[in-house]
Amino acid sequence: MMHQKSVLRVVSKLLIPPILLFALYVQFHGDFGPGGGFQAGVIFAAGFILYALIFGVASARRVIPAAATRALLSLGVLLYAGTGVASMLMGAEFLNYSVLAATPLAGQHLGILLVELGVGMTVTGAMVTIFYTFAAQPGGDELPRNKQNNPDEGAKT
Amino acid sequence: MTDASNPLLILLVILPLMAAPVCVLMRNAVAAWSLSLVVAWAVLGISIKLLMELNTTPTMYYRIGGWDAPWGIEYVLDPVGGFVILIVAVIGALSMTYAKASIEKEIPSERIYLFYAMMMLCLSGLLGIAITGDAFNLFVFLEISSLSSYVLISLGRDRRALSSAFKYLVMGTIGATFYIIGVGMMYMMTGTLNMADLSTILPTIADTRTIMAALAFLTVGISLKLALFPLHMWLPGAYAFAPSVVTVFLAATATKVSLYVLLRIFYTVFGNVDVFATFPIQPLLMTMALAAMFVASLAAIWQHNIKRMLAYSSVAQIGYMVLGVAIASEAGLTGGILHLFNHALMKGALFMAVGAMVFATGAVTLKDLEGMGRRMPLVMAAFVVGGLSLIGVPLTVGFVSKWVLVSAALDAGMWPLAALILASSLLAIVYVWRVVEVAYLRPVPEGAPAPAQVPLSMLLPMWALALMTLWFGINATLSTDLATQAARNLMGGL
Repeated sequence: MMHQKSVLRVVSKLLIPPILLFALYVQFHGDFGPGGGFQAGVIFAAGFILYALIFGVASARRVIPAAATRALLSLGVLLYAGTGVASMLMGAEFLNYSVLAATPLAGQHLGILLVELGVGMTVTGAMVTIFYTFAAQPGGDELPRNKQNNPDEGAKT
Repeated sequence: MTDASNPLLILLVILPLMAAPVCVLMRNAVAAWSLSLVVAWAVLGISIKLLMELNTTPTMYYRIGGWDAPWGIEYVLDPVGGFVILIVAVIGALSMTYAKASIEKEIPSERIYLFYAMMMLCLSGLLGIAITGDAFNLFVFLEISSLSSYVLISLGRDRRALSSAFKYLVMGTIGATFYIIGVGMMYMMTGTLNMADLSTILPTIADTRTIMAALAFLTVGISLKLALFPLHMWLPGAYAFAPSVVTVFLAATATKVSLYVLLRIFYTVFGNVDVFATFPIQPLLMTMALAAMFVASLAAIWQHNIKRMLAYSSVAQIGYMVLGVAIASEAGLTGGILHLFNHALMKGALFMAVGAMVFATGAVTLKDLEGMGRRMPLVMAAFVVGGLSLIGVPLTVGFVSKWVLVSAALDAGMWPLAALILASSLLAIVYVWRVVEVAYLRPVPEGAPAPAQVPLSMLLPMWALALMTLWFGINATLSTDLATQAARNLMGGL
């Protein structure tokens, strides 16, 4: 039924690319201005959620399958912890970024960028996973289709 | 503080923390189990090594990101923390060994890898609580372990697992919120979150209303997590309907770690304030502990579901631990900390035995246990060992901790307390005897199917815990020494 609402469809198609772009700005400008991984992750996920609301959860699942969002949220945690382990392997404390590059300043810069990227990935993955999980609940408009996607219900992470 | 930075401290937390997302990525039950098993045993190895190093260096620390305390987050390990990580690691390793066979029968196969991811997160959170020296970081780990345990409980077969998990979620969130309100108030007054730093600043402002309110919030919040009577309402349902191995793991670790947090607050954060003299905490804790011992034991007597009965018994046993804290002497504290360890062993063995019976016959109610002493003699024998220890029969760990508690009460001149400890043990006899009577004195019901073969991977951890229950009951030197050392270290302040 959403397919008849052309205003919503056109406006959301216009809005989604700037939303995603803005998320990337918040992500990578986070070490100089307000923002960071968490905020960026929420904005990025909002783009996908808007898409799912307008074009249906089924099409959203084709864009970014539930397995991919779960992988994204795990990879984010691994990137965060992995940055810490990398700094340990390079002879400093866990998450001491100073040793990650040639100079401590560059190292701190690189480290916080990686860690925030990890946070952003995890938050995006978690937000979309939570949305998919709720959208698949009984009473949701997508119920008949989602029967076959039942494993997603387990993703209550 | 001495120069004893130790990178093993951080490994304790990041090994399981990194194993969790890898489990999710592998999407395979066997692979996830293998990884979790290796990590859990590695964690046990690390904690034993750390405990041995504690003999020579009484305090170890690790500064995350190279930021010095009190600005950065600092991990600190002292004898109490060492004792608690040992308990968590032993139970973690044994229950992970036990998990595979048990969980395959209780959780749909496509969700098993998520179960192991949650177990790893929970382990990581519990270990983190025990080694962090930062009050806010403790909240983060508290949330990691709590959120993962809500999910773990909701994985139970019974639909009531969902409502139990939700109830625990609501209560647990209130508890965690109270804790963070308390920390916020302390931060407002002192401008620091580092526990050692807090303990030096707090004495000058301990009599302000804000700090008193902070202590009240912290105590109530942690008591909710600890399931101290009357804030225990979430616990019986959560333990009864969670998958067997989750019950084993949580019953033996989660409430113990919460008690540790309470000790940290009283003796480290408020270490330079005489908490028991300044605040009216002692009569409050003592009343609640005594009420827990009697009311929960009485409730246990009326339960038909064995897991629920043991859960009520846990609430009663938490009463003994808190009672040790409330006696507020070194001996009392030793008793409380010792019971923490001893109760983890016996409850672990008991819940593992119940899990084995569920595995073999699906039995969870008292009626299902008819003739179980003959149908599954080895499993039932382990249950009896644990049961005797709950009562406090000599040659079991339960006797040792009750002995220490009773003598601490007598030393402090509180002889009615000693009498009450003994009287409440009589109630334990009743609820343990009900099971023993049904299992050994009733005939095997006619037409009962033969119990399925319980694999060694479940029997060995169960018997390991049951034998430890006996071993540390006969030769209690090691556990008592560790508990005494921990209590002395706490009483001495930082």
